[in-house]
Amino acid sequence: MELAFLIEKVAVVVILFVLTLTIAAYSTLAERKVAAFLQDRVGPDRAGPFGVFQPLADGGKMFFKEETTPNGANKWLFIAGPSLALLTSFLGSAVIPWGQPINFFGRIVPLQVTDINVGILYIFGVVSLGVYGIMIGGWASNNKYSLMGAVRGASQNISYEIAMGLSIIALLLVTNSLSFKVIAEQQHGINWNFWYQPLGFLIFLVCAFAETNRVPFDLPECETELIGGYNTEYSGFKMGAYMFAEYINMFVSSAVMATLYFGGYNYPGMDFVNQHLGTTWGPLVGVAVLLGKILAFIFFFMWVRWTVPRFRYDQLMNLGWKILIPLAIANIVITACVITFFDKF
Amino acid sequence: MESLSGRKKVLEQKPMTFMERIYLPAIFKGMGITFMHMFKKKETTYYPEQEREFSENWRGMHSLKRDENGKERCTACGLCALSCPAEAITMTSAERQKGEEHLYREEKYAAVYEINMLRCIFCGLCEEACPKEAIYLDGPIVPSEFLRKDFIYGKDKLVELSITDLEAQKGVLA
Repeated sequence: MELAFLIEKVAVVVILFVLTLTIAAYSTLAERKVAAFLQDRVGPDRAGPFGVFQPLADGGKMFFKEETTPNGANKWLFIAGPSLALLTSFLGSAVIPWGQPINFFGRIVPLQVTDINVGILYIFGVVSLGVYGIMIGGWASNNKYSLMGAVRGASQNISYEIAMGLSIIALLLVTNSLSFKVIAEQQHGINWNFWYQPLGFLIFLVCAFAETNRVPFDLPECETELIGGYNTEYSGFKMGAYMFAEYINMFVSSAVMATLYFGGYNYPGMDFVNQHLGTTWGPLVGVAVLLGKILAFIFFFMWVRWTVPRFRYDQLMNLGWKILIPLAIANIVITACVITFFDKF
Repeated sequence: MESLSGRKKVLEQKPMTFMERIYLPAIFKGMGITFMHMFKKKETTYYPEQEREFSENWRGMHSLKRDENGKERCTACGLCALSCPAEAITMTSAERQKGEEHLYREEKYAAVYEINMLRCIFCGLCEEACPKEAIYLDGPIVPSEFLRKDFIYGKDKLVELSITDLEAQKGVLA
């Protein structure tokens, strides 16, 4: 392993890390701004012009607040919960291809931390681990309400992971690959997977809402029933870590959806742009396009949050087990039939 | 049973149609509605810079009035303090000395007059109780402070400015 390769990877990782943190921090501001705009308000606008320093103020507040640990709590697990939630939410972004390989002063740098040939399985593994953050945090608090919230979160995530996995199987029938890099390359121009898998995308989208614990599936957090949820006993920076993990999850799942179904860094007319801008600036336009798609998805998450009321818990389970899973299986069967038909004749 | 008002409506509980059961059309309709709200006029009043309009009989900060000659009207009778349901008002009376006739209208006056703005509920009963028309709740919004003691307003903040004070202020401005 040569030194240049190491530097290149470290640079990509650091940029990605900073980018993820920045977007997650500004998602908190965007959430409040979007909420305000949808409700005919202005939103936070006191910290800097249009409130651009609000995330810094919020972060500072979180940092300097008193942190309490409940008497009966398991000290280690109480710290492990938010750490794990934050860690697993970061891990997902490692396999996303952020752009075509870029020519950086004569060196071809792939804009991807690592191309695992089973990238989709990796994402699923990491997303499943995310449940542990919630579960351990709720369990370690030694509080019945926290535990109830954690149980809700865990059962919800497990139920929706099945439908999510099934919707991905139909996608794999189309792409014939588990590698994110290959899947992104296949969707050149506007040849996006969404046109082949609209139903699969819909199922994936609904499941993504459930996996990130966003409205209308935000059952693990509930003031009226659970005095807060799995994070009832958390305060200060640990609480901030949980909140941050939620926004990073949202960012990563938006990136996954954009890459799997909406072409990632591909956009119509990209060949023309690449020809004229060269191999350095051309891929960067692709990166900007991908970021635009991700931000659009994040806005969509927020838009839904401030429109739709939440589900009741039995409705949530009904939707997951009785509607989404059969629908996903039907989607697989139909996709398989169509593909076989076109292959044979 | 027959409805007495004749306005009773019986809602039929119909089973949901297919379109209603898949939720999505309704959700998209709702999202359209919320999206249109992004372009509506904002209802926000930027408070410290902007103030919304108050009605004529809005009750704000108290002011202790002077008569047409600039003498304080309050005689420290204590009726306002007695009528106050929140017990926010307290005062100490004093006798007017020779040479102070131009300051106080009658022989007795309030040497100390304090209103605790944290206790006050702005009900206006002090205004109604006052036989001398000395107190009115016609001021602005009471500003916020950092310390509780700063909310106890004395005569320095409550008494209306006299004509000489106003002229002095104008002199400073001019």
